[in-house]
Amino acid sequence: MVVGLLGLQGAFLDHIRHLDALGIAHRIVRDPDGLQQVSRLIIPGGESTVMDKFLLEFGMMEPLRERIAGGMPTWGICAGAVLLAETVDGRPGSLRALPMSVIRNAYGRQLASRVRPIEVPILEALGRHGPFSGVFIRAPRISALGAGVVVHARSKADPVFVQRRRVMATTFHPELTSETVFHRYFIGL
Amino acid sequence: MHREKVNKGFAEMFKNGVIMDVTTPEQARIAEDAGACAVMALERVPADIRKDGQVARMSDPAMIEAIMAAVSIPVMAKVRIGHFMESRILEALGVDFIDESEVLTPADESRHVDKRGFAVPFVCGARNMGEGLRRIHEGAAMLRTKGEAGTGNVVEAVRHIRTITAEIEALKGMDENGREAAAAHNRVPLALIEKTREQRRFPVVNFAAGGIATPADAAMMMAMGMDGVFVGSGIFKSENPARTASAIVRAVIHWEDPGKLADISRNLGAAMIGQEMAQLDVRMAGRGI
Repeated sequence: MVVGLLGLQGAFLDHIRHLDALGIAHRIVRDPDGLQQVSRLIIPGGESTVMDKFLLEFGMMEPLRERIAGGMPTWGICAGAVLLAETVDGRPGSLRALPMSVIRNAYGRQLASRVRPIEVPILEALGRHGPFSGVFIRAPRISALGAGVVVHARSKADPVFVQRRRVMATTFHPELTSETVFHRYFIGL
Repeated sequence: MHREKVNKGFAEMFKNGVIMDVTTPEQARIAEDAGACAVMALERVPADIRKDGQVARMSDPAMIEAIMAAVSIPVMAKVRIGHFMESRILEALGVDFIDESEVLTPADESRHVDKRGFAVPFVCGARNMGEGLRRIHEGAAMLRTKGEAGTGNVVEAVRHIRTITAEIEALKGMDENGREAAAAHNRVPLALIEKTREQRRFPVVNFAAGGIATPADAAMMMAMGMDGVFVGSGIFKSENPARTASAIVRAVIHWEDPGKLADISRNLGAAMIGQEMAQLDVRMAGRGI
């Protein structure tokens, strides 16, 4: 197993210590060739506008859609969750790999960023009980969910950790904590 | 504690990205379309501040708000070194990040803003390790080199990176007495020295800034271990800003691939006109303590 870290912009290097701690091989993905070398993909936090632009311009959008449709486990974090969404701010999304609608920066600018406790019952199967530190940074809001999307965690009433089959999204940032259980859950998909 | 976590974490999201100076909503949209991960809203780019030679202050809130309304990416704005009231005003405006910047005329020659008392994150410039650690101790969530802004000459940014790298590397071989002396000499707590030594880098995100004008400059900064780059005058003082902006963003992504950098650098039009350090009337990097 090689976990790809989409390396177009943002906090992709932040996952390395978690993957190293779990003994999982990883590789930074910056072009279509790189995408072929990995068996899973993390789409990191960062600016979704930047990643969207270069997925298109570097010819990665279609190959990535096909890989995800073909069952490649994929985890989008914050901006990554935005890229996976079916619709973004009411318009068609980028990868459209998760039937959900998101609204970018729905909670406000940086002054509205917060750490909130998150309960994630599904992680109890991996021996970890919450609450977890949910680091929300200019987070998107998941405003609607389509068929087959499971909600693993909510904050206030909003879904913040969702999954359909082998595609998962968190609107908070586990990579900014020393917690590795989210990565363990991802590599088990 | 939570504020520090979300503010330092926010800086992590800029990494491997380019933050561009913009003076109008139109420039902000050009920057966003070119792939900037944030913009710095200011009334004059450093090259013009340098040319005009007047006191340079925080920008008009209306101008900053117009830029905040024009783009969806984060917006930063500058305050004068030590000007805690300009900082309070920008915080009240809701900007995403404040740059306490030597590009503006310093307001206080003996103190920087005590950034721990703010909810909004700050980025500050540093020429050496001690300066960077003092800023972190004051509450900066992010650092950048000072370089020499508005010159289109990368030599000072390179000097600052080399100095910081060598000083952090030197911590490795120091015994406890040496580290205590380094803490005292740099006027920072020992714990911050220890953390820096352990991580072998500043314990916050650190960007290159000051004089970056070409894709090759930007890629060199990444190769020297910087987390990303600020480009000030280099974009909107070039012949073709949109193309230059996009090329610099691409160079930050593909800094490890010289073949791609050659493609990226081709036919960009003239870069901004650079200046030799010896010709300068004002050295901005010397501002601050």
